[in-house]
Amino acid sequence: MLKHQAVGVFPDNWRPFVSALISISFIPLVFATLFAFVTVFERKGIGRIQNRYGPNRVGIPLTKIRLCGFGQFIPDGLKSLTKEDVVPYAADQVVHFLAPVVLLVPVLLAYAVLPIGRNMTAVDFDAGLLFFFAVGGAVELSVFMAGWSSHNKYSMLGAMRAIAQMISYEVPLILSAVTVIMIVGSLKLADIVAAQNLYTFGIAHWFVFTPWGLAGFILFFIASLAESNRSPFDLPEAESEIIAGYFTEYSGFKFALFFLGEYLGMFAISGLGITLFLGGWTAPFSFLAWVPSYLWFFAKLMALVFIFIWIRGTLPRLRMDQLMNFAWKFMLPLALVNIVTAGLWHFMGAGWSRWGVCSALIFGAYAILGRGLMQNQKLGKRIYRYAE
Amino acid sequence: MLGEQIIKGMAVTARNFFGSYVSKDRLTTVQYPEERLTPKENTRQFPFLVYDGDDAEKGLRCVACQICEKECPPQCIYIVKSRDKKPDYKGQAQLYPATFDIDISVCMSCQICVEVCPFDAIKMNTEFELSTDDRFGGLLLTKDKLAKPNEHYRRIHPSEAAVVDAQLAEEKARAEAKAKAAAEARAKTIPRDQPT
Repeated sequence: MLKHQAVGVFPDNWRPFVSALISISFIPLVFATLFAFVTVFERKGIGRIQNRYGPNRVGIPLTKIRLCGFGQFIPDGLKSLTKEDVVPYAADQVVHFLAPVVLLVPVLLAYAVLPIGRNMTAVDFDAGLLFFFAVGGAVELSVFMAGWSSHNKYSMLGAMRAIAQMISYEVPLILSAVTVIMIVGSLKLADIVAAQNLYTFGIAHWFVFTPWGLAGFILFFIASLAESNRSPFDLPEAESEIIAGYFTEYSGFKFALFFLGEYLGMFAISGLGITLFLGGWTAPFSFLAWVPSYLWFFAKLMALVFIFIWIRGTLPRLRMDQLMNFAWKFMLPLALVNIVTAGLWHFMGAGWSRWGVCSALIFGAYAILGRGLMQNQKLGKRIYRYAE
Repeated sequence: MLGEQIIKGMAVTARNFFGSYVSKDRLTTVQYPEERLTPKENTRQFPFLVYDGDDAEKGLRCVACQICEKECPPQCIYIVKSRDKKPDYKGQAQLYPATFDIDISVCMSCQICVEVCPFDAIKMNTEFELSTDDRFGGLLLTKDKLAKPNEHYRRIHPSEAAVVDAQLAEEKARAEAKAKAAAEARAKTIPRDQPT
């Protein structure tokens, strides 16, 4: 609405460009602000989990107003912008320079198809979901560029780990999203949201409230943790093992770009999770439908980001073999079972019987796979052979 | 069942998260400039010089023996002896330091100077807010900045200061008794010589 008025000011032949510019500029503006906010939010959240205050000093500059420390991102940003940009002597200069850019571009492109609110999609593709995953695949390229061009063994190890992890987890990520495509019958994200914008007894038809949707959402969430390199899947940048992983040799603004890219990637994939399973911009209850749609989207996004932070504050980092076992021996089979379940759900038709059958199928698969995963672990008191 | 322990762990962190807003006892950190923890009695930062009485120049215990200067591992102490003498707490004439500088940018707070001092003249201070924008002059403490009254020592290290005070009082008493005995002896010896 506002956009239409603003566009109307310009002459006719300019209008398409101005319209596109407004839709595009909205995305970096809002999500970069959100990034600044979330960096402080994360530090405060983790502080509270560890019974500390976290940053609580910096507020509005030159005043005594503290804002609970939410001005912290200003000095943080200034610091990273004014730091020296060191490029290693042995590095591949061009690739080293391009890597952060190559990270940021696909991440921002992914936002193009996200429906942030009612009719608030920058580009509403028919194959939006496919576009999202295709663009998301380019992140691995950037990570490997960074690791390879730095000419540093730690960067290289981090990049290798990142590639192994991201490719492994992309499989369950996409397979868990496939269930939604099967049920909705469309790759268009607006259609997927519209399919969830129905209410029975005032409760929304979000896919997370169905057995296959719940399993799919949990699988999707775990895979998105791994895709965005968040703890407990932060092996690519495990600071206690390999310094900072693939961005060891980055400093100043380039490091900030990596940081930004990582957080924007996290928001994008959470946004997709919301769109697929949590009803996108729709309200959970029909009587709350008057709240603006984009507020629902951002509320859900913040809730998911909080869970990301909560998990980071709780779980220790996995070992590489645990990571791979989990992806290939547990998540992949469960995602396949989930696809079968979604098919059954569709063909059994409405009724209570499909709830029982589908829940039993998923729960049975979960129990069996979980037992299989735990079986090989010899848990118990550790026996030291040499050090005693 | 797989994932059970993860849920338990998440519950623990959630309890910490919300608990830290509800009960202040959970918070382990202190908001430094406003709130401070009382320092432990054995806290030590950088050395200072003790003086008795009110006058820093007159009551300074240091006799410029330079043992601390020689023992100091990073060699941050610089002493120049005086040419004249002044009486110490026992009334004995002693040298005093004309210059006594400690460069606290070099000092490593090892307390060796305190341990070697035979006169209990140098002790460790607890002052730690010493940051300055002058990194050469500001971190070089001269004699007038180093000299602190004995009351200050009693306040920051009460039990240690009590021991030192008792020891010094005893020494002083012994010295006085000795001087008195010597005077008496002299008084006795003089009359014996007189008759001849």
